[in-house]
Order: sequence, then structure tokens, then C-alpha cells
Amino acid sequence: MTKFTLNGKAVNAQAAPDTPLLWVIREEMGITGTKFGCGVSQCGACTVHLNGSPTRSCVLPLSAAAGAQVTTIEGLVQTREGKALQDAWIAESAPQCGYCQSGQMMAAAAVIKEARAPLNREQVLERMAGNICRCGTYNQIAAAVVRAQKALA
Amino acid sequence: MNTNALSTNTLTVSRRSFILGSGAGVLGISFGAFDLAQAQTGPFAPVAWVSIAPDNTATIYSAASEMGQGTMTSLPAVVADHMELDWSKVRVQHAPPDPKRFGNPRFGGGLTTGASRTVTGYYEPLSLAGLQGKLVMLGAAAAQWNVPVSELRAENSTVIHAASNRRITYGELARTATAPAELPKVDKAMLKPMAQFKLIGKDLTRVDLVGKTSGTAVYGIDVRLPGMLYASLLSAPVQGEKAEQVDDAATKAVQGVKAVVVIPTGVAVVADSFHTARKARDLLKVQWSNTARGRKYDSDAAIKDYVARAENLADAGVTFHAHGDAAKEIAGAARTFKATYTTEHVSQFTMEPMNTTARVDGDKIEIWTPSQTVGFVVGGVAAAGGFKPENIKVNIQLLGGGYGRRVEAEYAVDAALIAKAVPGVPVQMIHTREDDFVRAKPRPATAQHLVAAVNAQGKIVGLQHRVVAEQIYARLLPGAFKASGNKDSPVMEFADGVYDIAGHHVQQLIEDRGIACSFWRGVGAGYVKFGIETLVDEVAVATNQDPLLMRIELCNKSPRAQAVLREVATMSGWNGPRPAGRALGLAFSDAWGTFCAMVVEVSLNAGRPVVHHIWSAVDCGHALSPKNIQTQIEGSAIFGLSAALGEKLVYKAGEPQQKNLGAYNLLRANQTPLVTVKVMPTDHHPGGIGEVGLPPVAPALANAIARLNGGKRLRSLPFPEQVA
Repeated sequence: MTKFTLNGKAVNAQAAPDTPLLWVIREEMGITGTKFGCGVSQCGACTVHLNGSPTRSCVLPLSAAAGAQVTTIEGLVQTREGKALQDAWIAESAPQCGYCQSGQMMAAAAVIKEARAPLNREQVLERMAGNICRCGTYNQIAAAVVRAQKALA
Repeated sequence: MNTNALSTNTLTVSRRSFILGSGAGVLGISFGAFDLAQAQTGPFAPVAWVSIAPDNTATIYSAASEMGQGTMTSLPAVVADHMELDWSKVRVQHAPPDPKRFGNPRFGGGLTTGASRTVTGYYEPLSLAGLQGKLVMLGAAAAQWNVPVSELRAENSTVIHAASNRRITYGELARTATAPAELPKVDKAMLKPMAQFKLIGKDLTRVDLVGKTSGTAVYGIDVRLPGMLYASLLSAPVQGEKAEQVDDAATKAVQGVKAVVVIPTGVAVVADSFHTARKARDLLKVQWSNTARGRKYDSDAAIKDYVARAENLADAGVTFHAHGDAAKEIAGAARTFKATYTTEHVSQFTMEPMNTTARVDGDKIEIWTPSQTVGFVVGGVAAAGGFKPENIKVNIQLLGGGYGRRVEAEYAVDAALIAKAVPGVPVQMIHTREDDFVRAKPRPATAQHLVAAVNAQGKIVGLQHRVVAEQIYARLLPGAFKASGNKDSPVMEFADGVYDIAGHHVQQLIEDRGIACSFWRGVGAGYVKFGIETLVDEVAVATNQDPLLMRIELCNKSPRAQAVLREVATMSGWNGPRPAGRALGLAFSDAWGTFCAMVVEVSLNAGRPVVHHIWSAVDCGHALSPKNIQTQIEGSAIFGLSAALGEKLVYKAGEPQQKNLGAYNLLRANQTPLVTVKVMPTDHHPGGIGEVGLPPVAPALANAIARLNGGKRLRSLPFPEQVA
């Protein structure tokens, strides 16, 4: 039994403590916006926020989430920041296949939160380099992050 | 537009179905004998693709797999435009897997999504179906008002009789509409012209965006069924091998493991969670057979063999394309240019790993899968699982990337066989990334040898193009392969083209080394255009000609091709000054019926290429959704750039040596150039789009690099790390 907070709600996971948080969220908690991509923390599709910090849930054991605040894409889009990101993502038609975009948006939320000044395209692309998009939507993602940051300013 | 309509639930269309022949294809038209009870409450389906509800909402079926190319929006918009539907009242649903009603004529009526043939195949049938739907609604209004159809017009899901100032919505008509005794006859000549389009050519918000930005879109891997178990499959390390001895004692001792299932391709562990299944699978001790021919396959050695074969002109292979007399032109040329090109295997690397969910109930099976081809799922499951095709129900889910990986359906077949061992229980089989590298069939490795003949005026008058590559169609569709005169079209696609070359001979030299190869984004065009477009550039530079003007002259029989070349030159400032250390390179592609000219700007940093900007001008005829076309061109160019700069999949003893990121790397955000795409619509049947940016990017980049490294030509894909 591992207790943590998922998108603002207290949950109690039954899975073995070594189970990656990704599979606990997707299978036991039944919300599937967080994606399995590479399984080795290299692609970013599984990015969630652990106590506010972007974290690769595919390699994070459930035990490491005990007592933590975990936010997934489903939780993010309920927030003002998440809604601004979603609006910007749609305005820029960022998703193609869309599979990586949950992770992209989770990473982007942190990039905007940590930014001390308005970001330009190159800065966003540099800070988002940990998240792979195989469809090649990086420029649309960068435009969406710039747009969302402006909307939130 | 209702954007929450991504369920795969199927409409209940309980009326009789007709098949109507019509010009380019076969239209499924579904009308019913009038049933009063149904007509009052249920939806009215004037054509198989559309159903009108009494509240005036229209539900349109989308038949193609949505893998990011926007087909779930662009195809329904074609129907809606010609049917004069109010787009704000349109919902989109995935079509049922019924090829008779919803098949793509470009795939012989099959339900396949790939080869950039979705819009090209469905455009005319859907335009005609939309028109037919409109005519049915006009007919219903004419009957109700007792006026001639000729006095009626339709707009925004409403029929209007101007003479009496009467209006009635499609929804109101649907309450009482009956099928006409005779189906409205339609043909291409009756379709409205491009100037009257209301939705085609507009940037509609894609219907899948809300789900894809909120975590609610359901991909294959997201299917959840009550009581579902998970499976992890330990596949044989080399294609064609099988498990001979399995020690599963340790696996079965793991809590949560429900079954160990041996199938022809490997050994699967079924458990109550994927993590448990995968962990327990690692405890399997399996002795594999050691008989597969692929065990001897070593891609480095094979490519050396392919180079020797490409350069051995005595080996004629199969003529894929012949125009004029290339040999004569080469023999009589003022100058000839020869070059040999090689390309390595590459991986599709869809972000969503292969997966399929299946449930067997008696002699029936239901399958949820992210597939590009319903037919291969049904055919494969029927053959391997012993199910009758009519007992196989396939639900196509959203695809987390396709790129040709999901045309073949071996993963769905594996899942079906695993589910068969635990009847009554839904099982979701998921590949890890490493599993997918083992099981994916890569793009063929190739060697090409090209000889260009140039006359005294510097004009290319002959081209011999020899392509050595592993087969695709010869293995997968041997019947179609033989029927085409042994032409392996995906391997060779678009080696012919619009260039006006007096003597052009394309020779196909097919290889089969025991490792099956398959589709990839822009499969053959990716390497054949690399060869052609770099050699043309080399000739232009060596004969002191502008590569742009040389291509414009080569395209003298295609004004559309010339127009995109001129436009990309303007966009990129082709003739203007560049910042120090930067150079431009140009390439052109006419693949998939779309004209695409591309310029790439590059500089070198410690001998490595840095790509700054890509410009592209594109004429795909009718441009269904210009913004979507721009991003498809951009995405496919970045896909090609990723491959050119570093994707390389090496096989040793039949096993892929790279199985995940770290060993096999993809282009990342901080390596992404600016991309500027100009869509230039013309009043022609639409061409393909999803792969179009890929063929020109590698040669354009190689041609740019040759201007910075002293003219040293790059003739391998991927490029070497150091290009200067």
C-alpha cells in the first residue's frame, strides 16, 4: 500500500513498491493520458509532476511517490496554467499523432513556471529537448509555449 | 464542431445497403425501406457516410486510421462541403471496419491507411457521396413542399426554396425522409468547382485536438476493458526463429502471473499488470531454434554486396521504368557522371509501442488495435487463429504514430493468439521499446548506382538508375507483385518522375537475405530521390549551371513543378547573399502526385552540419486544409532530417544492434530548424501529403553541405558524423 496524492485526490496504490509510477497511474488508477514511450526516461512521454517537478514516471518506483503530490496531464488541464497550455496547443495545431503531447505539455508547464523572462522559440526548443516528438511538431510546440506564456503573463 | 466525438462506437444503420458504381470508385449508399417508427426517432442515413439526426446534427464516418495526418478532419470536411452541411453541427466517428462500404479504391477497396493514398483515394468518392447526400435532402424537401428540385438549394444543413421563402433543416427533413425509389445519379462533372468550396481549403480545427491535449484521447494502448489482463511477449531474437524449450517455473511462481503462452513468434506472459508480466517474462528460460536464414544477415556486409551488385552493369535486374534509350544516350554523351549511394536500415519508432487488446468468446474474437490496415489484421488473425473472418471484429483505435510500421499487423496476430489461450478474458499485449526494435521490419537497406549522360550543352539526356534493395511487396503481396511484372513498387516508388530526360532507365535489383523489411515514411522515395537529386546537383555544379535553372528545365513538361521551384527560390532568397559560412541546397520531389520543392540552409560546426532553415513550396492540387498540409510537410521533412543526420539500424547475425534511444537517436527539439512551407493550391485532384516533405530534405541538405566542404559529396544515409 502506497499513499500519495494524484491530481489533488488522496489515493492508495496496491501495486508492488517497485512498480514504475507510470503503470500504477495507467492501470490501477485508470487514467491513461500519461504515456509509455521508451521505458528508459529518454523520450519524455511519461512525464508527470512530482511535487511540482517534471519527473519521468516510467522509471520512478511507486515507493518514491509515497506521500507525494503527483499531477498528470488530466490534472494539469484543470488548472489555469494547464488551460492556457491546452488553448495554445490547439491554436497552434501542435499535436499530430498526439501521443507525446501529454508529456510535452507537462514539460512545458515547468519551463514556463521556471522562466524569469519571456521565452523565444530558441529558448523553448533548448529547454524542451528532453521530450521527443516523432511527428516533428517541435516548432508548433515552441510556438504554443510562447503563446501560453504570453497568455499567462 | 463537436470535438468529443472520438469514440469508436458504431452507428446503428439498420437499413439496407446498396453498392453503387460511380466513375472512379464504388460508393456505399445506404438507404432504407421506409420504417415509420425508425423514421420518427432514429437517425436518417442519406448515404452510408452520413447520418442526420432530428436535432440537425450530422455524424460523418471517417474510414482511415488517424495517425496524426489529420484524416479524421479532412475527409469528413470533403463530405460536408459537398453535402452543404453546417460544420458546427458535424460529429465525426470512426467508420465500422466494412470495406464494402468504406474501403479505399486506391487499395483495391481495402481499409488501409498509408502510402499517402487516403485523400487521393477517398477524395472523389467522398465528394460524390456528399453531393448524393445533398440531392437526397433536396429530393425530400421537394416531395414535402411539392416543388421541383431545380427550385431548391442547400446551405448550412438547410434546404431553401427562395420562390416561397421557405426553409427546412436537414434535421427536420430527417424526421420523415424516405429513401427515393431511385438513387440520385451523380458524376464528377456535377461537383462544384474549387471556387465554391466552403470547407475544403479552410483551416478547420482538427477534431482530435481536444482529446490529444487533455489526456483523454484513446490510443490502442489506452483501451481499458473490465477484467483485462496484460501480456508481455518475449519474441524470438531473430525473425523466423521459435521457442523450442521453455522453462517457465520461475515465471509462474510470480504472484499475479495468470498464464504462459507459447506462440509461433515467442513466449508470452499474461498477468494482472503489465509490470508483473514484463518482470516475470524476464525469468523465462527459452531455448530458441537456430535455423532461420536471417541468422546469417549482417547489414554492413550486405550493403557492401549491394554496392558491388549496383555497380555490376551486367546484372540487368527488372526494368522498373524505361523511357527512350538510356544506354544510347550514355554511349553518345559528351560527359557522364557516375555515383553510388547507400542507405542503412532505419526504424519507424512510433512513439506508441505496438500493442493490441483482444478478447476471445467461443469462436468469435474482438480486437482493439492501432493499425493502418484492417485487412491484414483480419487476414492474419483468421489464418493464424483459425477464426472465420466474419467472426473477427476489429476496432481501430487512434495510432500513436504510424510511418508504415502499422501496415503489417503481426502484433495484432500475436495478441489474438495470446488471448485465445485465456478465453473470455480481454488481454492487452504491449511491446516494450526494445521488443518493438526486435519485431519491427526496418526500411530496406539499399545501394544505388546512377549514371547521368550530359550533352555538349550541359543538358542531362540520359539517366540509368540502378536500385539494389530488400524486397517488400515480393514478400508481403506476392500475387500483386507478380501481376505487376515483378515490380516492387514501395521499394522503387517514384524513381520515375516528371523530369524530361530523353533516355531514362530504372532497374530494380531485389534482395532477400532472410530479414524481412517493410514500410517506412516515404519508403522508396526517400532513397531514390536522394540519389537522383544529389546527382542532378552534382551535374549542375560541374557544368557551371544553376541547380535551380537546371531543374526548371528538366521540368519543362510540368508547369506545376516549375512553379514550386520558382516559388521556393523566391522564399529562400536563392540568388541573394547568405551570411558567412552558410549555404543553400535545393531538391525537388514529385512523389505521391504532389509537387514539392525544398531549400535547406546549413552551416558547419566543427565539421558537423547545423541546419538553420528549411523552405518548401508545395502544390498538391486541391489543398484540403492548408495549415494541416504545412505541418505534414514540416513533420515529414523533420522526420527525414532526423534520419539523414543520424538514424542507423545495424543488424548483426540477424539481430538489431540498437533497441532504444541512446543507441538509436532521433532529432530533438534543440536541433530543429525553422521551417517555412507555402501551400500553392491548384484546381487539380489532390495529391498525397503525409510523406511529401521527406524525399527532398536529405538531398537538399547534402547539396547545401557540398557548397561548404569543398564539393565533397555525401552519398550515404545517414550522413557521416563529420561531413567536412
